[in-house]
Amino acid sequence: MSRVLPYPLLALALLVMWLSLTSFSPGQVLLGGGIAVAAARAMAALHPSKPRLRRWQLIPLLFGRVTLDIVRSNIAVSSIVLGLGRRERKSGFVPIPLELRDRTGLAILACIVTSTPGTAWIEYDPDSGVLLLHVLDLVEEKEWIDTIKYRYEALLLEIFE
Amino acid sequence: MSHAAELPVWAALLTSLLLLVGAGLTLLGAVGVLQFRSFFERVHAPTLGTSWGTGAIALASIVFFSSLGTRLVVHEVLIGVFITVTTPVTLMLLARAALHRERAEENPNVPSRAVMRRRGSAPAPEDGAGDAAGTPSS
Repeated sequence: MSRVLPYPLLALALLVMWLSLTSFSPGQVLLGGGIAVAAARAMAALHPSKPRLRRWQLIPLLFGRVTLDIVRSNIAVSSIVLGLGRRERKSGFVPIPLELRDRTGLAILACIVTSTPGTAWIEYDPDSGVLLLHVLDLVEEKEWIDTIKYRYEALLLEIFE
Repeated sequence: MSHAAELPVWAALLTSLLLLVGAGLTLLGAVGVLQFRSFFERVHAPTLGTSWGTGAIALASIVFFSSLGTRLVVHEVLIGVFITVTTPVTLMLLARAALHRERAEENPNVPSRAVMRRRGSAPAPEDGAGDAAGTPSS
């Protein structure tokens, strides 16, 4: 299995992508399947670290949470741009000590933080595990540390480690 | 657009609503780039366009083409996936370059490298070595 098809999930995802971009016919399945297998074997030549999914059941929960938060922060940042905020706004940096070490988990956390308007991933130190976050509307540092640590990191830790 | 006439009313309304929301958010992001004062604030503005700006426009496309044709059209989802996965790459490149420049100029508004050391809330094994220990090299 691992010699012929090193990354079965990647190959399957590529095939699904191929079929959704073209059309579902035997010829396309054959062509897409061939490309998917070739790409998976090319990927194996790069020797990436293989992510271990411990509890994939939690992924929909994480996805729902993130979607909701992105909607909320879209509204928040829009109202800042429109100047609807009554009080003085100040932005700032927040250092957050992370427990998460899995590279795939960190990559997903980076995607979450980046696609949420109002927060930006600035720097991460792999030795100390400290993440430097920039927050557009900073009221309380503690609030952001708790959001990242308990809302996202705890779930990612359960999924990957 | 001769096809648009065949569209049911609910789909037409939903499509235009989603398009307005998506385009509006992207516009607000662009206004934000002009309006915010520092680089690190401006970095937040375009994420309006890359999150729900993209999302709403892609959803509008899904609704429009799915209600026109007989089958579900979902490949717009791929646009959202690829934008979400690739945005952090450019954002981190820009942010780290800016941070490097500000630190080199010793701007007091930017946290120094000492911030990146672990302290306070979480127990760290190297805590006993004292806080004066050298900055970890990356």
